Amino acid sequence: MTTTTLGPAVTPRPGAATDPDRRRAHRRATLLQWGFLAPAVLYMLAFFGYPLVRNVVMSFQHYTPRTYFTGEAPFNGLDNWRAVLGDPLFAEALWHTLLFTAGSLLGQFTIGLALAAFFSRRFPLGGLVRAVLLLPWLIPMVVSAVVWRRLLDQETGVVNQILEALNLTSSGVPWLSSPSVALLAVTLVNIWIGIPFNMVILYGGLQEIPRELYEAAALDGAGAWRTFRSVTLPLLRPVATVVLVLGFMSTVKMLDLILALTDGGPANATQTLGTQTYQLSFLELDFGQGAVVGNVLILISAVFAVIYLRANRTDFGTGQGK
Amino acid sequence: MTTTTRRATRARDTAIALVVLAVLLFPVYWMVNTALQPGVDLASTSFLPTSPSLENFREALSSQGGNLLTSLGVALGATLVCLLLAAPAAYALAQFGLRGGRGIVFGTLITQMVPGIVIANALYGAYVDLRLVNSFLGLVLADASLGLPFAIVLLRAFMVSIPREVVEAAMVDGAGRLRAFVSVVLPMSRNALITAGLFAFLYAWSDFMFALTLNTTDDIKPITLGIYEYIGAHVSDWGAVMAAAVLSSIPAAALLVLAQRYVAAGITGGSVK
Repeated sequence: MTTTTLGPAVTPRPGAATDPDRRRAHRRATLLQWGFLAPAVLYMLAFFGYPLVRNVVMSFQHYTPRTYFTGEAPFNGLDNWRAVLGDPLFAEALWHTLLFTAGSLLGQFTIGLALAAFFSRRFPLGGLVRAVLLLPWLIPMVVSAVVWRRLLDQETGVVNQILEALNLTSSGVPWLSSPSVALLAVTLVNIWIGIPFNMVILYGGLQEIPRELYEAAALDGAGAWRTFRSVTLPLLRPVATVVLVLGFMSTVKMLDLILALTDGGPANATQTLGTQTYQLSFLELDFGQGAVVGNVLILISAVFAVIYLRANRTDFGTGQGK
Repeated sequence: MTTTTRRATRARDTAIALVVLAVLLFPVYWMVNTALQPGVDLASTSFLPTSPSLENFREALSSQGGNLLTSLGVALGATLVCLLLAAPAAYALAQFGLRGGRGIVFGTLITQMVPGIVIANALYGAYVDLRLVNSFLGLVLADASLGLPFAIVLLRAFMVSIPREVVEAAMVDGAGRLRAFVSVVLPMSRNALITAGLFAFLYAWSDFMFALTLNTTDDIKPITLGIYEYIGAHVSDWGAVMAAAVLSSIPAAALLVLAQRYVAAGITGGSVK
């Protein structure tokens, strides 16, 4: 840390750099400045850095339910990796994760964008309604899941009652109890949760687009669809990328919602990488295999982290990030 | 466009907005509606609480009241930890121009991408060794991680705009760096601190995963975990479950009312910038 006081960081004032007292004072000032940062950095190393490293190590260790009494978790090479990757449930969970994530993002983004565009018009109560629409996003996810569990109940749930009253279904849809629709149901609930977030950020992005561009497009005789494609979409791209990547990262690791809605069932129909990590580690107490699935999750997130950071850079480039 | 057609368009837009609101907030309405109707457990719920009663709330409070207090304590503790760590760090990153500062900002962004279950997986082992499993402090520290990156990014974005001269003036008057920070920078950042604090509170209040994984006994049980176990045990008592759900949504509703205009700015600022 003391090396930071040497080199070009020292303000090159004539005569000042050679004065040992001043240099010592400068070093003390720099140390003090790092003191402001140190607690947060140490905390982040402990709560983000350490788990990342530890998970990689754990994925090569053999954990049993007895490990936390005996402290013994011998290294077992690639055994955990072989066991997890060879388990058909892993492939299934990966596929579910993909469907759940893609479906959620598609639904959240299109509905969020449509609402953002709609609320960009000026009309009475618009701002208030936009603010109140945030509520589903702010309620604890487990609570939303529990409410939806009630709404989607096959026999007494109000969703089926409404569908039947509208003659859309004749018998109650087994939303959460049938393996063939459970993943769809969970995805629909997650779309509902994600709409406010998408709407708010995309709304912000739309506000940044200069009005003159729309006036120019109108003068050129462009229709609504043409204007959307040639003006709105290109200018919204940086913000849209950020929304999609943030949405991806929170969806791909989803745990709360699925556990409270279906517990990964029925018949593993809603098992995803997040729930599989939880089940392997905390229910079967095989933390080594849980760590393998966790590492796969990290790997997938890392790919998107790169995209996110690139998007952020584009963002700064266009001046929108400032 | 004439004034009358414009007025008609705006009225139509308001009507559409209210329909959107009704559809998207229906689950929230249904939560409150069910909570107000006692004895709806097996039959289907009627659309309006024609004879509302607080019976379900009484029952929810008697079984979940302690968990609500636990959530309150944990969330307040996590908020405090979060702000104590984030405020000075954000200030340093915004104003000192330290070498390596950019790397730390980058690292802060990266932390948002670490899956929570991965953290819990590794943390559990460390917590066993440190005897932090089933402890209030352990949960507070873990929950602070949920809001910290966001708080740092948000506060830094705000503190960049504080003129250096203001702080320098205070230091010329004889205050040290720390004094200047506490008595000048923090008061100037009040709104940003409130926004970051509210979000840190909400994140910790909503936490389910750390509560689920870092506790093996019933000693420390936040409301989210309480409700999750509630639906396992009392699945026929939906009225009480929904009353508990309403009670646990109060911070979200309060945040929306208290900080309405900061919320949107906060989300946008924290994620896009």
